[in-house]
Amino acid sequence: MAEPQRARPKPTPETQHFWDGAKAGELRLQRCDACAHVYFPPRPFCPSCASRKVSIFKASGKGFLYSYVINQRPAAPGFTPPYAIAVVELAEGPRMMSNIIDCPQTPEALELDMKLEVAFEALDDKITLPVFRPAKG
Amino acid sequence: MRSNQVAVVGAAETTELGVIPNVSQLQLHADAALNAIADAGLKLSDIDGFATAVETPQQVCHYLGIKPTWVDGTSVGGCSFMLHVRHAAAAIEAGLCKTVLITHAESGKSMIGKAPRSTAPDSLNGQFEAPYGVYGPPSMFPIPVLRFMKTYGITHEQLASVAVVQREWAAKNPRAMMKDPITVADVLNSRMIAYPFRLLQCCLVTDGGGALILTSADRAKDFPRKPVYIMGTGESVETPMVSQMETFNSSRAFKTAGPLAFKEAGIAHKDVDHLMIYDAFAHLPLFGLGDLGFMPHEETGQFIADGNTRPGGKLPLNTNGGGLSYMHSGMYGMYALQESVRQMRGIAPAQVAGAKISVCHGVGGMFAASGTIVFTNER
Repeated sequence: MAEPQRARPKPTPETQHFWDGAKAGELRLQRCDACAHVYFPPRPFCPSCASRKVSIFKASGKGFLYSYVINQRPAAPGFTPPYAIAVVELAEGPRMMSNIIDCPQTPEALELDMKLEVAFEALDDKITLPVFRPAKG
Repeated sequence: MRSNQVAVVGAAETTELGVIPNVSQLQLHADAALNAIADAGLKLSDIDGFATAVETPQQVCHYLGIKPTWVDGTSVGGCSFMLHVRHAAAAIEAGLCKTVLITHAESGKSMIGKAPRSTAPDSLNGQFEAPYGVYGPPSMFPIPVLRFMKTYGITHEQLASVAVVQREWAAKNPRAMMKDPITVADVLNSRMIAYPFRLLQCCLVTDGGGALILTSADRAKDFPRKPVYIMGTGESVETPMVSQMETFNSSRAFKTAGPLAFKEAGIAHKDVDHLMIYDAFAHLPLFGLGDLGFMPHEETGQFIADGNTRPGGKLPLNTNGGGLSYMHSGMYGMYALQESVRQMRGIAPAQVAGAKISVCHGVGGMFAASGTIVFTNER
């Protein structure tokens, strides 16, 4: 029997640019051309002012650890517990769920507000997932 | 909506609660409905309005043989039934129907006739949360907790005391699943589920159901049970993705629904004799006490740890034992409503003496939705 696989995202027309960006090593966000609001997850209009004039841009990839759990059980397919499920607040404002790599998955190592930077993990030849690691320096 | 124009005249849970492997989810709906009909002294043919969640209204109506002229299939998670009460009260006042039946049932433990939960890989949750290893409510609902604790100085011991206090209430309730006393140390030494939460800070997983019957307050006096009036109501939704909440320091849905209900009821916090705050996990009563405006969030942990919500305390909270100790089939809101109704009727196993106003506050999903009902037994 094949190893159980981590859940694979399936892009929609409105999110394709995000996944294309991740594959190219870019974390892409959207900014409203009318009111400058930066938002996530992707959609072709501004959830703050409803303008349809929005632009895609490459985010800095910098952020901090907003909150997390260290999941023990039940573990999701493809994951070996304990593993942290984190929410990262990006420098540009939006938050996103992620995992923290290159860091022990312990309360001691995972300090709230610690600085993080984006990294990319290829799940297969179609999907690359943005994840985060402790920022250097 | 005007206060006290609509009343609960029938209320019942399923004949059994807990582990019910010999009854399907659909039949649990029927069992709860038939018990509530009997409680109200009605016939099924008297029901002209119907609401339920997860199962469709057509499914349950057909099974029961009900021919409604008003239906509500609002399904926003465990607080759906608070929203049904609000919508039913508005519908009865508007003359759309006269007698509404609301049912909930869930074969949450035995999974008989229940579709498994799934997340479509092209949904926003499927794209932006599922790939990071969320797997069921225990891995998602506690995600805000560490931020909440840091912001307000809440301790692990205070969060453990929520489970301890609710077990004290459960001990008074013959139908509670877990009745043995526990200590803060027991909670903090129980099996780790998703740090910072351990087993005893997570809800039970059980089977069961419940049903309510509502009609106009003018008709309610002719029913066999003491009427319980709908004094105030509120509802809201925020986001299906816990990661996308506006803040982890409060719930926007709570802060919308709760104050709406208080305002409609025209009550102040000091007027509340009895309180239910849906406790799928141990942090929810803290969010609720703060977001509903009972006290600043900073004080909520110590308030519970000091015993203010325990039997004999000044703010009796989750008096059936809650989702942590009474039962939790997956959508617990119905059981919170049942306990509020029992308290207002004066027949709860752990009755709060002389209680006249009960606030029942629910959550749906992982802070995705909220509904609040203020009940009173005086018109």
